[in-house]
Amino acid sequence: MQGETLLKEPVNLIITGVGGQGNILVSEIVAQTGCSQEWKVAVGESYGLSQRGGAVSSHVRLFQHQEYGPIIPEAEADVILGFEPLEAARQVVDYGHKNTCLIINSHPIYPIGVLRGKNKYPSLELLFKRLREMVAEVLIIPATKLASQLGEPVVQNVVMVGALAGSGCLPFRADNFIEVIKKVVPSKVRALNEKAFYLGLEEAQKIKSLKSF
Amino acid sequence: MGWQDIVRKEPGKQVLLNGNEAMARGALESGVHFVSAYPGSPSSEVTDVLAQVSKNFNFYVEWSVNEIVALEGAAGASFTGLRALCSMKADGLNVAYDFLTSMNLGGCRGGLVLMVADDPFGHSSLKEYDSRFLAAAAWVPVLEPSTVQEARDMVKWAFTLSEQIKGPVIVRSVTRVSHSRGIVMLGDIEQTVQEADFKPTQQFHTFARFHQEARERLKRAEELFAVSPFNFSFGAEKADLTIFTCGTGWLYAKEAVATLQLEDQVKIVRLGTPFPLPKQFILNHLAGARQVVFVEETRPFLEEKVLALYALHNENLSQIKFYGKATGHVAGLRGPECGEMNTDIVREIMVELTGRPYHAPAVPLAKEEKKSLQALLPPRDYVLCPGCPHRASFWVVKSALALEGNNGIVTGDIGCYSMGAMETGFNLFNTLHCMGAGAGIAGGLSKLGPYGFKQPVVTLVGDSTFYHSVIPALINGRWNKANFLCIVLDNGVTAMTGHQPHPGSGKNAVGEEAEVISIEEVAKSLGFMVKVSDPFCYTEAIQDVLELIRLPGLKILILRQPCALVVGREQKRRKVIVRQELCRGDACGCMRFCTTVWGCPANVWDKKREAAAIDPAICVGCGVCIDLCPSGAIVWEGE
Repeated sequence: MQGETLLKEPVNLIITGVGGQGNILVSEIVAQTGCSQEWKVAVGESYGLSQRGGAVSSHVRLFQHQEYGPIIPEAEADVILGFEPLEAARQVVDYGHKNTCLIINSHPIYPIGVLRGKNKYPSLELLFKRLREMVAEVLIIPATKLASQLGEPVVQNVVMVGALAGSGCLPFRADNFIEVIKKVVPSKVRALNEKAFYLGLEEAQKIKSLKSF
Repeated sequence: MGWQDIVRKEPGKQVLLNGNEAMARGALESGVHFVSAYPGSPSSEVTDVLAQVSKNFNFYVEWSVNEIVALEGAAGASFTGLRALCSMKADGLNVAYDFLTSMNLGGCRGGLVLMVADDPFGHSSLKEYDSRFLAAAAWVPVLEPSTVQEARDMVKWAFTLSEQIKGPVIVRSVTRVSHSRGIVMLGDIEQTVQEADFKPTQQFHTFARFHQEARERLKRAEELFAVSPFNFSFGAEKADLTIFTCGTGWLYAKEAVATLQLEDQVKIVRLGTPFPLPKQFILNHLAGARQVVFVEETRPFLEEKVLALYALHNENLSQIKFYGKATGHVAGLRGPECGEMNTDIVREIMVELTGRPYHAPAVPLAKEEKKSLQALLPPRDYVLCPGCPHRASFWVVKSALALEGNNGIVTGDIGCYSMGAMETGFNLFNTLHCMGAGAGIAGGLSKLGPYGFKQPVVTLVGDSTFYHSVIPALINGRWNKANFLCIVLDNGVTAMTGHQPHPGSGKNAVGEEAEVISIEEVAKSLGFMVKVSDPFCYTEAIQDVLELIRLPGLKILILRQPCALVVGREQKRRKVIVRQELCRGDACGCMRFCTTVWGCPANVWDKKREAAAIDPAICVGCGVCIDLCPSGAIVWEGE
């Protein structure tokens, strides 16, 4: 996976979740990390109404030669970083391909139709099984749980950045990300965010090493 | 990063900015003196950022009460020779339009740049819009950047251009420029010390005889566009098949052509100046073409202009077949002229016209596989945030109207509370249009008694909307003896667009203390009966609504609670929990009220225990559901 992604241009990454989960901060971290390693980037983000509990996704494209627009074409996302299982799966339908690497926070946020009893949220077991059958790699990260251990469930997004670094899907090292995180998060929560990053990193590395046996 | 990069005095340095930040940088580099705006996605960050950095550079920034006032203020600065920037979302251009069409006749002096951000697909708008058509109708030149870098470049150019033609210039952005991030090469920041100078002999007037002057300005703009490096061609020099594109379409077209390996067969003509069209430039590129494809955002603006030009000059040109939105050939899932442009749409038409197959870089998923995954996925509608006071306010109005029992009609308008027209807002709104519309409609409805209309009418308006566009409808209602209840949902900020201050916030754009223009004082001074209530104390609030509906005339109720997102940032609220031993589950008879009716995303159902639960990861501790639970199972932690 890693080798292929490294050779490919552009590298297409989707960051998805539910409005309010810190999607924009993460797309900035990933994009800045790319820039710091001499990659060019194009990012398409969603704000406004879509930030109000709706499905949100940011497209991040990394390239070195030709310039690209901010929207990833259908079936061309190489990495999908999902802060919510349902939204991660939704992106797979539109943008996934056989070689997509999928990194998912296992904590569901129920859509209002599900809360109201109109729709059913699929069982996570079934959902993850399906996804594993479809794409090259699926890493399930209990990011909200890990973030809650730090006392701040909201930093699940930075736990997920750690998992992205640990997945090896992008050609950047953990310290490349950390340098950027130090700059983009306010100083009073810097230590918290660094801890969150390493929790995610270790979790992803643990899963990867278990798989390699 | 962010604003630090925007103020960086390192010409030549490359930094990562979003399109709005890049436009702010363009204004800074142009030595802007005056910035005014009313917030609206996707335009707001231009002014957010400039407000943040204004003190470092000593220029003036304001959030104005609405778009027309913003543009008038900016024009005032331009009349004295200063440079002014005014930004707004597409809908705001309608509000500012009366002044724009007037001012453009007499023209202006200092560079006056109007940044209008369209929102194709309506990511954060209720409608899609193509402001180029309005700009053309007003005879105002339009520049259209394709990238974040160009967003900065074109704002800079727009200031110069405006001074060259002595009229306003529009920079048309779209969501995928304003809310995209890309690398921007910084230039020098020009800090000009300039005195505002308005001589008693100078005049800026609107008279019909000035139409000729406005036309002359367009002619001058066209001459400048004819030699502009922002209009260029790419790919095959001579090609049967030519793509005409502007805005974001440029990179989509480039990607489509590159991935189909058509660079040596297809020419791409990129227009950075869609209005007025540089006619000779277009004609030069039409010569020799046999098929022309148009790639642009929203409506077929470029397409219609080029088609008209072709019609006038076809005797000198070969027979050309055109493919675009007007012809119906260039279309996404929502059909032509609806939704957003992307690479897939361009690729599809190019595959169709050239027969060149597309080999995707990775193996796509099987259709059936995707279909069966899709079938597992329930939709996700917009929801009000956990702890949002609007949810409580909507519940209050819904309950009061049910108790009142005469099929009350609710009119709404634009803001986070537009969700009053959705499931999360209990589908409360009967009408939803533009800012301020609800109050006007309510007034009209309330005059229909002689035609048999007897239902009570309630309009819900936001606090920022109250100042922006509700006051005239209220005065009209009082004058004409209208009979409705206007409820102001006062959360203290312009919430939807990023929590900008408004006249009731006590702060201005740059964070200085400001006079609070109290909603109740304004309403009282106009002679209205006014009440203030707390939507979180919903029993009392319901009684207030009922009482006011039953009184004759036009009444005002302010439902006041700060935006949950603002509160969440400033203080830690108490923790709400469910004492699951008290929750009777499906035996209760409440039909799982907290999840199925109330619908706050933090109220969840614990399937294992068959009882209600709170998701501590998202609950902000407003505590409203505590009072709503019939079994008293939802409680403050520790009580």
